Amino acid sequence: MLEAFANGFSGLLAGFMHLQISNVVMIIVGCVLLYLGIKKDFEPLLLVPIGFGCILVNIPLANLMEPHGFLRTIYDAGIMTELFPLLIFVGIGAMTDFSPVLENPVTFLLGAAGQCGIFLTLGLALALGFTELDAVAIGVIGACDGPTAIYVTAKYAPHLLGAVSVAAYSYMSLVPVIQPPIMRALTTEKERMVVMRATRKSVSKTTRILFPLVITILGGLIAPMGLPLLGTIMLGNLMRECGAVERLTKASANEIANVVTLLLGISIGATMDGKIFLQKQTLIVLALGFVAICLDTACGVLLGKVLYITSKGKINPLIGAAGISAFPMSARVVMKEGQKYNKKNYLLMHAMGANAAGQIGSVIAAAVMLSVLKGMGII
Amino acid sequence: MDKLTFGVTMLVVGMGGTLLTLGIISAIIALMKKIFPYKKEEEEKA
Repeated sequence: MLEAFANGFSGLLAGFMHLQISNVVMIIVGCVLLYLGIKKDFEPLLLVPIGFGCILVNIPLANLMEPHGFLRTIYDAGIMTELFPLLIFVGIGAMTDFSPVLENPVTFLLGAAGQCGIFLTLGLALALGFTELDAVAIGVIGACDGPTAIYVTAKYAPHLLGAVSVAAYSYMSLVPVIQPPIMRALTTEKERMVVMRATRKSVSKTTRILFPLVITILGGLIAPMGLPLLGTIMLGNLMRECGAVERLTKASANEIANVVTLLLGISIGATMDGKIFLQKQTLIVLALGFVAICLDTACGVLLGKVLYITSKGKINPLIGAAGISAFPMSARVVMKEGQKYNKKNYLLMHAMGANAAGQIGSVIAAAVMLSVLKGMGII
Repeated sequence: MDKLTFGVTMLVVGMGGTLLTLGIISAIIALMKKIFPYKKEEEEKA
């Protein structure tokens, strides 16, 4: 009888007995993510499920990520099949108004410059000894676009998924901290004070409906490997612009996006097992992700300066910083920074154009990258 | 293929391809705006 009591009691202590230091560290990391999401409002929709998933997977003996564990089932169904990031993209397309970039198509170029960090960081990762596909996954953090980073990493470097996703979403939420010093360092006060003329509404409904079709067909032909990314975001946008399927648009932007965000977040958190996550490699990935976003911002501002010169001072180079995919946060940062130097300067709509271009640019960059990899026989 | 060749190819073809694709899209949108100009009345009707 006493032995049975002892055995039964040991069952209650087994979790504590198997708790390793790596699990404790990761539970603390999970709590920090929850704190950032709940208290600091940093991307709460993602950081809360990611943080909670991180805590769940680091509790020993629950085996949630073992075969038939519930987190493994969600992960296999949505991440390994690439379904979750693609469904999120339908929602993003349905939520995003691309009119600002259509009003001024030249801002597409800023959306391209904002992707330089992807390719430069890829080179840095290679120099640090990462394999080709690992370097691609690390570089894609520079897309500043969570679903793109998850799509590419889950497909080609799944062992880096936790680190890449956390880096992508954390740095996206830190854009208001990361970007301003770079913007100030690369521009003069005179440039920052440039007032841009207000844009007038100039895009017809026909153009807005044709836009997603053009991007899908052209982008798909140039970079077929990225068509799932392009196709889903543009499907969402077509539904939004045509106005004929309001119920589907609303469902994509709300119910589907919300459910998938929850499942995506908890699945990413589930990849943060202490034994796998707490490695030197993870810290390098996080550092390279930071570098990628700094390089994106710098390249965007530098192209903004080129446009400032070519337009004879009509374009404020600060809007170049918004050529990344952190939408609309980056545009707000530009607006705020511009108003620090000229209170009457309303750069928001111009920056929104660059920001929307950055969103398309990040998807195009990933699509092009995958097709180049395919062409080289790497994938 | 060595890593240097891979990295440089990705930088030149990847970044160049992205810039070119977005440049073409930009030109097509500018063209579409000319072919289908904005008409205030149509938008109001819609």
